[in-house]
Amino acid sequence: MNSVIKGAGYILSHAPDMVLHNGTTQTTEKVVNPNSEYLVELPKHLRSYEQTLNYMPNQVYIGNMTPDELAQHAQPWYNQDAPVKERYGKFGEIMPQDEFYLLMQVSDVFDLVELEKDFVADVKPRLAADPIITESIMARVKDGVSEEEVQHWVNEEGAEPLYNNNKLIGCVKRAHDVDVNLSAHVLLEDLACKAGSVLALLYCVKNSGINPADVEYVIDCAEEACGDMNQRGGGNFAKAAAEIAGLTGATGEDVRGFCAAPTHAMITAASLVKAGTYKNVIVTAGGCTAKLGMNGKDHVKKDMPILEDMMGGFAVLVSENDGVNPEINLDILGRHTVGTGSSPQAVISSLVADPLERNGLKITDIDKYSPEMQNPDITKPAGAGDVPLANYKMIGALAVKKGELEKKELAAFPEKHGLTGWAPTQGHIPSGVPYIGFAREDILSGKIKNAMIIGKGSLFLGRMTNLFDGVSFVIQANTGAEDNSGVSEDEVKSLIAKAMKDFAMTLMGEEEGK
Amino acid sequence: MSLLNGSKVIIIGDRDGIPGPAIEECAKAAGAEVVFSSTECFV
Repeated sequence: MNSVIKGAGYILSHAPDMVLHNGTTQTTEKVVNPNSEYLVELPKHLRSYEQTLNYMPNQVYIGNMTPDELAQHAQPWYNQDAPVKERYGKFGEIMPQDEFYLLMQVSDVFDLVELEKDFVADVKPRLAADPIITESIMARVKDGVSEEEVQHWVNEEGAEPLYNNNKLIGCVKRAHDVDVNLSAHVLLEDLACKAGSVLALLYCVKNSGINPADVEYVIDCAEEACGDMNQRGGGNFAKAAAEIAGLTGATGEDVRGFCAAPTHAMITAASLVKAGTYKNVIVTAGGCTAKLGMNGKDHVKKDMPILEDMMGGFAVLVSENDGVNPEINLDILGRHTVGTGSSPQAVISSLVADPLERNGLKITDIDKYSPEMQNPDITKPAGAGDVPLANYKMIGALAVKKGELEKKELAAFPEKHGLTGWAPTQGHIPSGVPYIGFAREDILSGKIKNAMIIGKGSLFLGRMTNLFDGVSFVIQANTGAEDNSGVSEDEVKSLIAKAMKDFAMTLMGEEEGK
Repeated sequence: MSLLNGSKVIIIGDRDGIPGPAIEECAKAAGAEVVFSSTECFV
């Protein structure tokens, strides 16, 4: 039987100081052009935490608004009031930076994160007040160290500083004197990614109602690599985050593939559950400090706020079929293969048109497509255009080319079969998966009957191949928990009882006949 | 004579627009010599 999507968690954390100190656009600029006007102007464009709550795409990400509601507001959105400005939503929350630093310390099991004690004392009660944060997580909060000790680690021991409101409040220490894979820089990225995954896992467990001990397998699909000089990408973020999130019955693995990884991971999870290997698998990922402020130069140039000040995270529970929740149909799989080619038409054909055609379906048979759901507020001013819209235009054009859509209907295709992007440009975070939470609800409510999730990945960035990558799958309404696995125990009992009864009747008949 | 005959071309493709290898094929067909080609990702 097909696996089902039982629930999802989506989280954001505000990271304005990390934009300045950890985003690679900024760290690169500090090296190549340390006196640039951009670096001088940038701090004036950072948003307050309240401004990030008052931002519609963020409220969509955590489930307080729907993509359809967002689409009703004309772009740009950054200068508009959001109808809701809440920290918490039905999918997750938007965590302030200071609390996220504490969550990073909680997620660290090697005493690498050191926070200043007054900072800890100030932030600890607020993190404890977060309803998702358990007592076992709070028990991991350390008291903190003196300001002098933090300065010592940063100035003399190669630690990476952590700032809040431009004030040094802690650091991430290196874990080795020589090994660059265990440098403070790498460990800060890894611990931030892990902490985001932990928070997403907590929401996924809560939202799906599963007993944490029943999660058997976790697949992390972020874009960081953890390991040392002898095994640079050894892993395993999945199990490490599961430990902090209290998933005591789980092991796991990391699936990598740039931005395509979440969709690869979902297909892997669905396969494991459908095969009966595991009953409950969570696909999870934290965010990426390096991408903070990635398009900041264009945002500052256009006198906009720095909108790439959010780290993302998500987690989705894939479980055995319960007869209710939407199914993952593994018969309709799109694959960009080695031989596919790189033209946009070839890419969309391999991911959308070909798998549908193989299953006797038309492009218009899919109610909603979720390719890359990047927020156009971020990408358009940076010259990258409206990424989801560009995908919908290509999918629609293919439908016209295949004779499945009238040319005059093409203009309406993106609105009818598409979604307006809302996810932060955090690589894997906006890739296909942001819609899974909404898709589950929309299918359960009958608003749509199916959706295609499309993940694409820029493999060439790793310099191992010039190839692009992508995969896709379809979520559909539950077809009912028909048991195709054979005869059930009750049925066997009933069959035996009937046979015995028939036999007895035969004997009685024979007896009467004598 | 092709449009780009004798030209040396540097190509920077966009992963969400037209990727480098696709532009490369067009440029070569137009007679250009491709001296550098890559695809970048801005999202």
